[in-house]
Amino acid sequence: MVKGEVREGRESTGVARVSAALWRRAWLRAALTLSPPLAWFLVIYLASLIVMLVTAFWTVNPFTNNLEHQFTLSNFAALFDAPIPAIIGRTVLIAALVTVTDAIIALPFAYFMARIATPRVRNALFVAVLLPLWASYLARVYAWIIILTKDGTLDWTTQHLGLGSPNIAYTNLAMYIVFSYIWLPFMILPVYGALERIPDSFIEASADLGARNWRTLRSVVLPLALPGVVAGSIFTFSLTLGDYITPLLIGSGSGTNLIGNVIYDNIGLANNLPFAAALAFVPIVIMTVYLLVARALGAFEAM
Amino acid sequence: MEGRATRAALVVWVAGVLVFLFLPITTIVIFAFDRSNVQSWPIRNWTTHWFLVAWEDPAVRSALWLSVKAGVAATILALVLGSAAAFGVHRFRFFGRDAVSLFLVLPIALPGIITGLALRSFFTFDGINLSLVTIIIGHTTFCIVVVYNNVISRLRRTSGSLGEASMDLGAHGLQTFRYVTLPTIATALVSGALLAFGLSFDEVIVTTFTAGAQTTLPIWIFGQIRLGQQLPEVNVVVTVVLALTVVPVALAARLTGGGGMTRSTVQ
Amino acid sequence: MIYKTFFRRRRQSAAMIVALALPLLIAGWVSGAAAAPGAAARSAGSGLTPPTQNMKPQQSIGKGEGQLNLIAWEGYAQPEWVKPFEQQTGCRVNAKYAGSSSEMVSLMANGGGGQYDLVSASGDADLRLIYGGDVKPVNLKLIPSWKQLRPFLQSPDFNTINGVHYGVSLQFGPNDLLYSTKVFPKAPTSWSVIYSKKYAGKITIPNNPIQIADAALYLSVHAPSLKITDPYELTQTQFNAAVNLLKEQRPLVKAYWSLASAEISLFENGETVVGAAWPYQTGQLKAAGAKVADTIPSEGATGWADSWLLATKAPHPNCAYKWMAYITTAKVQAEQAVSYGETPDNSLACPIMDKLSKGSCESLHANEPDAYFKTIKFWKTPLAQCDNGQNDCVPFQDWETAWTQITG
Repeated sequence: MVKGEVREGRESTGVARVSAALWRRAWLRAALTLSPPLAWFLVIYLASLIVMLVTAFWTVNPFTNNLEHQFTLSNFAALFDAPIPAIIGRTVLIAALVTVTDAIIALPFAYFMARIATPRVRNALFVAVLLPLWASYLARVYAWIIILTKDGTLDWTTQHLGLGSPNIAYTNLAMYIVFSYIWLPFMILPVYGALERIPDSFIEASADLGARNWRTLRSVVLPLALPGVVAGSIFTFSLTLGDYITPLLIGSGSGTNLIGNVIYDNIGLANNLPFAAALAFVPIVIMTVYLLVARALGAFEAM
Repeated sequence: MEGRATRAALVVWVAGVLVFLFLPITTIVIFAFDRSNVQSWPIRNWTTHWFLVAWEDPAVRSALWLSVKAGVAATILALVLGSAAAFGVHRFRFFGRDAVSLFLVLPIALPGIITGLALRSFFTFDGINLSLVTIIIGHTTFCIVVVYNNVISRLRRTSGSLGEASMDLGAHGLQTFRYVTLPTIATALVSGALLAFGLSFDEVIVTTFTAGAQTTLPIWIFGQIRLGQQLPEVNVVVTVVLALTVVPVALAARLTGGGGMTRSTVQ
Repeated sequence: MIYKTFFRRRRQSAAMIVALALPLLIAGWVSGAAAAPGAAARSAGSGLTPPTQNMKPQQSIGKGEGQLNLIAWEGYAQPEWVKPFEQQTGCRVNAKYAGSSSEMVSLMANGGGGQYDLVSASGDADLRLIYGGDVKPVNLKLIPSWKQLRPFLQSPDFNTINGVHYGVSLQFGPNDLLYSTKVFPKAPTSWSVIYSKKYAGKITIPNNPIQIADAALYLSVHAPSLKITDPYELTQTQFNAAVNLLKEQRPLVKAYWSLASAEISLFENGETVVGAAWPYQTGQLKAAGAKVADTIPSEGATGWADSWLLATKAPHPNCAYKWMAYITTAKVQAEQAVSYGETPDNSLACPIMDKLSKGSCESLHANEPDAYFKTIKFWKTPLAQCDNGQNDCVPFQDWETAWTQITG
């Protein structure tokens, strides 16, 4: 019997006939399932990106704030004027440092969660990782100001320990700490997913072949965890590239500006939408390249 | 595999990470009881007065309600569109499939300010007024990605033969979907929905660009942070929201078995 | 059987191409169709006549629409006067806070976008809004308290063009010097303290390009050879000098504040001991028990004069008029002046201020004659056209570029 063939006299209701017809025409099923989401993405998301990116080729009349629809590359040329290249470099550097830091913090944590913890402890840890995401991001960044500022919680602790007063708020170091904190759950979850998927049999086989713990870790566990790390790094990297709230709250306004808040300033304060759009090209290009590399490393299966 | 020393070290590490994760949360909860609206350490005067203020504040209620409305709408849309996309990409081989799967990740992979700026330019260009609808559109766009990721990773780990077997036994497409497919992806849908709602509820960057005069909870919080006059009220609101979400998050974690299938499942 | 597979594959691919292309075509059509009228509408209004000049304002205030959306400075929509207004008129007030005039201009784009009714813009935003067509004429007969406003603020040239009013003047005040009384037992007499290495790492100033005017104001006294008369109309040489001063100041600055609450935190935690501020921060810090005070040094100060302007596409015009009528009454003016720390435009507010807070009328200069305020250089948009007829003054867009370079 051919698969899906309707049996005469039994399943000949309307629904059955439609579903049989659909089963035979795979292309129709494909079109029906894919068209709504793709339509959404193309009509709304892609069209929006195109509209924004087209603005990068225009200028704005500084007095009336109206866009002048004249093609020009001046906004892109302005990307090379100091201090924009330094700002881009600073942002990428902080994003990379945050990514590496979060990966290092997440790996042992996720390993414990995935392979050592009992199911009850694992659930509890899962809740513990997800819960901070429900406490407002803004409130958490603001709490770090209270912690890191002069005579704040950190200073108070180090003073009591006789270690002096670091007073690190309003610096790049403070931003690095806050970013590492805020994006940590986004790194832990995919790494946990990747580690959890490693079958016990792999570890046992590795032991059978004579590898000791560290060798197994290095040659079996870490390579299999890599797609999870890369998936998490997509979040940590891109979120740092575009964030403007953390530099606004915890940066000093000079020497701590990142791509995100320069874009934001140019939309609001400077009202130079075309330049903001031109600057937006930079994270888009960086992340597209990053995504292609990530996909090659298998991160998409691990997200 | 792991020795005792390694296990002990890992426990210490996990404890350290938990302290790190909850340090600001503890700060927020403690400062909800701070009398002074200029918040700094150490706290000089303690009070529960701000709880009353928050309870009676109509702005908090309407912001909370608006956030819930936007979150629910965005999550429902994302569930439908995200699972549809996951099914489409998983089941069918078509021209441009790799490009599509890359494209579907963009709203989360590109920084929020770009998504927000792009959407606002688009709405202004087409003369669409910013409103709750545009907020929902913005949120749905990145929520779809979250649901899509969850569902497609579940689909990749389940065998397609179950569906075919169901059809061999005489069930038509809808019955197969209801009795075989849906239960398989149910927990992926729940965890996807939970994550999507959580992202939407706390989202501020895209919302700032897609909201008109509407105030969602994060926008209200940002306004209060700007004003700097009722910061303990913000801490109170965040504390209460946190207390309210512990139970659903814990339930969802238990339901989804700690985030996925257990190790012993067939690859 | 092979050809069936062959055609099935082709059909699947074809279906996908159709599924992809159709939305793309729709997207293109939507964007294209919208672009044509949009472009035409946007290129209007670039001349020197306000585009909305000939719009007839309403002749009476009708029934309130139940809601009012404001774009306001932080502290301009306090419950103290908002709650009575809501009770009296039934208009629920939603305030969106903005930290700078440029932010307000950006939010008001497209006539307020059909979202916002009023914006409390300062002088450096008003002209941009008026010439951009984002605000429309107002009927002053519907605002009875207008007659009580100080004469020089009834029809000032930042909200009245060609005799047409686009809003009503609100309050004004200085950008003053905030200092810690522990470090400065006596009030500093010169702005030089914020440029001094003595307080390196303990200074804060606003993160706003208009700060270049404050530097220019300082130089107008301390570098008289530059001959700066108007800190908003600077020739390239004068501008460069001001920018250099700010670049020299940069290593001394702990942080540039963008939010009023950020400056409050800086002083509260002792991170900074002196800086440029609004009276709002001083008031908040004093209320929290911090040992600070503010002053206007001998060089004078820049300042702001705010107006409530009416958005072209205001969705709640009746509530907007009710607000404008309410906020200009002497009682509410006094309340706002004392709460924020600024000077009311209504000349009858003084005695009420003293009832709310003894001595506030004098400390906020509400009893001074108009001539006194000539020392404050109110914000205005720097344009290429200088008042002396030349066209070589540095326009605001260059101020913004320079500011990015100063702060890095």
